[in-house]
Amino acid sequence: MPTISRAEVAHLAKLARLAVTDQELDKFAGQLDVILEAVAKVTEVAAEDVPPTSHAVPLTNVFREDVVRPGLTQQQALAGAPAAEDGRFRVPRILGEEQ
Amino acid sequence: MTDLMDYDEVLENYDPVLGLEVHVELSTHTKMFCGCPVAFGAEPNTQVCPTCLGLPGSLPVVNETGVESAIRIGLALNCEIAEWCRFARKNYFYPDMPKNFQTSQYDEPIAFNGWLDVELEDGSTVRVEIERAHMEEDTGKSLHVGGSTGRIHGADFSLLDYNRAGVPLIEIVTKPITGTRERAPEVARAYVTALRDLLRALEVSDVRMDQGSLRCDANVSLMPRGTTEFGTRTETKNVNSLRSVERAVRYEMTRQAAVLASGGTIRQETRHFDESTGSTSAGRAKETSEDYRYFPEPDLVPIAPSRQWVEDLRSTLPEMPSARRKRIQAEWNLSDLELRDLLNLGAVDVIAATVAEGASPAEARAWWVSHLAQEANSRGVELDELPISPRAVADVIKLVADGLLTNKLARSVVEGVLAGEGSPAEVVEQRGLKVVSDESALTAAVDEALAAQPDVLEKIRSGKVQAAGAIVGAVMKATKGQADAKRVRELILERSGV
Amino acid sequence: MSEDIIRLTAAEIAAKIQAKEVSAVEVAQAHLDRIAAVDPAVNAFLHVSTQSALAAAKAVDEDVAAGRTPASPLAGVPLALKDVVTMQGAPTTVGSKMLEHWQPPYDATITTRMLEAGIVILGKTNMDEFAMGSSTENSAYGPTHNPWDLGRVPGGSGGGSSAALAAYEAPLAIGTDTGGSIRQPAAVTGTVGVKPTYGGVSRYGLVAFSSSLDQAGPCARTVMDAALLHEVIGGHDHLDATSINEPVPSVVQAVREGALGDLRGVRIGVVREFSGDGYDAGVMLSFNEAVEQLRTLGAEIVEVSCPHFRYALSAYYLIAPSECSSNLARFDAMRYGLRVGDDGERSAEEVMSLTREAGFGAEVKRRIIIGTYALSSGYYDAYYGSAQKVRTLIKRDFAAAFENVDVLVSPTTPTTAFEIGSRTDNPMAMYLADLCTIPASMAGTPAMSVPSRLSGTDGLPVGLQIMAPALEETRMYRVAAAYEVARNEADGGPLIHRVPELEVAG
Ligand SMILES: [Mg+2]
Ligand SMILES: [Zn+2]
Repeated sequence: MPTISRAEVAHLAKLARLAVTDQELDKFAGQLDVILEAVAKVTEVAAEDVPPTSHAVPLTNVFREDVVRPGLTQQQALAGAPAAEDGRFRVPRILGEEQ
Repeated sequence: MTDLMDYDEVLENYDPVLGLEVHVELSTHTKMFCGCPVAFGAEPNTQVCPTCLGLPGSLPVVNETGVESAIRIGLALNCEIAEWCRFARKNYFYPDMPKNFQTSQYDEPIAFNGWLDVELEDGSTVRVEIERAHMEEDTGKSLHVGGSTGRIHGADFSLLDYNRAGVPLIEIVTKPITGTRERAPEVARAYVTALRDLLRALEVSDVRMDQGSLRCDANVSLMPRGTTEFGTRTETKNVNSLRSVERAVRYEMTRQAAVLASGGTIRQETRHFDESTGSTSAGRAKETSEDYRYFPEPDLVPIAPSRQWVEDLRSTLPEMPSARRKRIQAEWNLSDLELRDLLNLGAVDVIAATVAEGASPAEARAWWVSHLAQEANSRGVELDELPISPRAVADVIKLVADGLLTNKLARSVVEGVLAGEGSPAEVVEQRGLKVVSDESALTAAVDEALAAQPDVLEKIRSGKVQAAGAIVGAVMKATKGQADAKRVRELILERSGV
Repeated sequence: MSEDIIRLTAAEIAAKIQAKEVSAVEVAQAHLDRIAAVDPAVNAFLHVSTQSALAAAKAVDEDVAAGRTPASPLAGVPLALKDVVTMQGAPTTVGSKMLEHWQPPYDATITTRMLEAGIVILGKTNMDEFAMGSSTENSAYGPTHNPWDLGRVPGGSGGGSSAALAAYEAPLAIGTDTGGSIRQPAAVTGTVGVKPTYGGVSRYGLVAFSSSLDQAGPCARTVMDAALLHEVIGGHDHLDATSINEPVPSVVQAVREGALGDLRGVRIGVVREFSGDGYDAGVMLSFNEAVEQLRTLGAEIVEVSCPHFRYALSAYYLIAPSECSSNLARFDAMRYGLRVGDDGERSAEEVMSLTREAGFGAEVKRRIIIGTYALSSGYYDAYYGSAQKVRTLIKRDFAAAFENVDVLVSPTTPTTAFEIGSRTDNPMAMYLADLCTIPASMAGTPAMSVPSRLSGTDGLPVGLQIMAPALEETRMYRVAAAYEVARNEADGGPLIHRVPELEVAG
């Protein structure tokens, strides 16, 4: 199991949109290494033939009818917004392209 | 200025490989995972709830009709329908996505391994293999304000409307399309067209490319002629019309060829198509490599469509456009060429509708492909956009069959309808266009004409029956063409005592 | 009077209100007064909803006056609501700066059910930020103090709810349990905490930590009170796709049966793996004594082995962070909550990163980073994939064990309440607090903690964990009720009566 480097923590923080400080990087790199070493134990028993469990209780085919339910008013929707304008959420300029 | 390679030169040196990803918005009543309506063009943020706004604590529940539509689309595309599949979370940050993950399907699509036969202009057919069709949700819409307004670059800030967030999407992905050579752009367009017609027939979406309810991303790569290893592909987005699909593919072929020929390499990137220039431009390169960190959506349980359910849905499939064309060709006994002309004219539907109103296929066709086709042409509109209904055309055809109109009169009736003067009956009334069937008036006109030309009368009496033509002409002239020529001829012979 | 009111059980309060011996408003006021008096020292509440609480109480009194049948057996009983559950009219902060002033525009399903049942919600309780922690020290609003010893933690993440019960600020509380956040706080505060079967109680309106593990449940000072609350909040909800469409187990009836004190014919399994290193002597002593009491009640005690339980903690610390890294992505400063660094120049991406950096505490960031790592394409199979396989193995261990026994028992947590600050710099040590509670979370099976004897070594509360198969809550409630009666007789009264008097602020 690979141990986690400071650079890797920095990359993960970027992926997770966390502007971590250098002190945090130092602290986390150490702690995460310990934690990941401990949790790597799972690989000991995760044999090929063991199916993964994604849901504790095995249900299937739970659906809604295609019927409109009352939602929020525009005012309710925007009530918690850090900034709003013309009935829309106002956000800083977006650089990246849409996916 | 990007340099492009001449198209023929591209084909001398490279083989194009296509991959098409189509996103179609379903026309369900509600969103994929919540009960909000999906109507287009509502006031911003008025069709939202805690779930599609991604509010803390909210949960998704799957729209059953969305799943049914997905299965029907899969079946129509000759796909296998999964016995068991799940939703997955596609994790990436983007402001128009309320949860910063898209609820989609990853390695367990509901439909996979299908195909769609696509007909080209010359009547030949290309089979496009379908990789998968999966369910997912749409994002909100961003309005980029300031800077070169509208465009994302240089904007000062953005305004977000989440009415579209959570609208059901089906993503349909083809397998790599090879061997299309110079027809690659045409095939791309024909595929999207065929898919659009199919989805329309299924009545699962209003497939409006201009409104974004049908969106196409075109993947294009080139491989040197004779080789079999695919080159690096680019994905062109923002292709908002059938014509653009064709242009975008063609442009990428010529652009990539120029890059490769000059010893360059193609970057795997997302490019944007510009309708105005017909060119594509590179998007902002991402500094972090994309890793969507997919994992099974824990808030939704797996979907296991019973075979019974799938078969019930199969039985709801309408006649597929291609099958319909074959049937019509047989019923109207058309040659391949005739059928293709009708298709290119976009006349099949109007003719079929006219036939449904009681007209014979031959007559209906005659009207739509000749007189009305010219009319549409001169007006620069499609046949079905002419201000005359198949019903009206059928009525006119009937009036002629009943001998109440001559073909000449019928044309002016049609002109009247096109001019907005009302239904054929009303036009006949107002323009006073009725065959003179009043026998006495007609007899008088005949006697008059015969009296005026005694020499002709002699010829008729002496057995030169064909000479009657001159009299017919005179009578028709006298009755301003409103007489039934056949009847006139009978009367002439009668009165001539032949 | 009000001194007596606050020491009553929920069942007693409800009865007195129906008997018109006391009004619901008096009951609510008595608890609001208690909160005002002791909460400065305990810090169990992040928000007190005085107005809505009194209004709800008044409505109950009107029903009583009009002779209407009570909305539920808990009509008029006050409750402390963990701040992870949405309720309109009050902020829902989840113990985080990220949502400091966020007012949800909707009620959680359990909130709606409790309000309809006439339960009087006093306010929102403190918790580890986004329910990540075992001590409530990760709250952005300061730690909650354990009423048994204000220098110690009340457990976590639901430390506010458990402390509120132990400090007599409320007779009922709602907790949420992802890896033990209901049971472990109950154990270290001498109260009762129940994690129902996953899907037994709606998650709609619970701010998600780890969606496949989160489960809300009742917290109280007696087993019967927990059962009464369980029946109010339980049951199918069409807004939660993972909610089980089955009737709520009749746990109240099970408690009545159990209270008769006869466990003959009941087979109880003692999990061998839950002992040894890391377990306080005082905790094991209390546990073994509890097992003996169960035996004297007629239960058959058998030792069972669940070999894969030792992998549960590792699997949990992969699955929970992975899901949380995705669940917490929505806190991005765009639509609600905190926004930092929006100077008109910075991009949305920069503002997101600055806000998340400022709005999340260290433990939340740690877990987001671990989860981001565990889900990365290069490591998915090794980490998240393997963890889900371990989950299967744990379910199989439970299934095998329940072939032979009706319920399983263990200590709820290896130690008694630890001192505030003693584990904050050592995440792994903190994680060990959930050693015994995590297996049931991973399997989605029900489990609860009831007070056993105080630890002989430090005189602090110890919890007995009782685990049952999915949807078999009645089994564990029955055993818990029987044990509670026997324990109280042997100990000369309920454990909670031993909680020291708190300094009442002037
Ligand atoms: Mg997609
Ligand atoms: Zn919605």
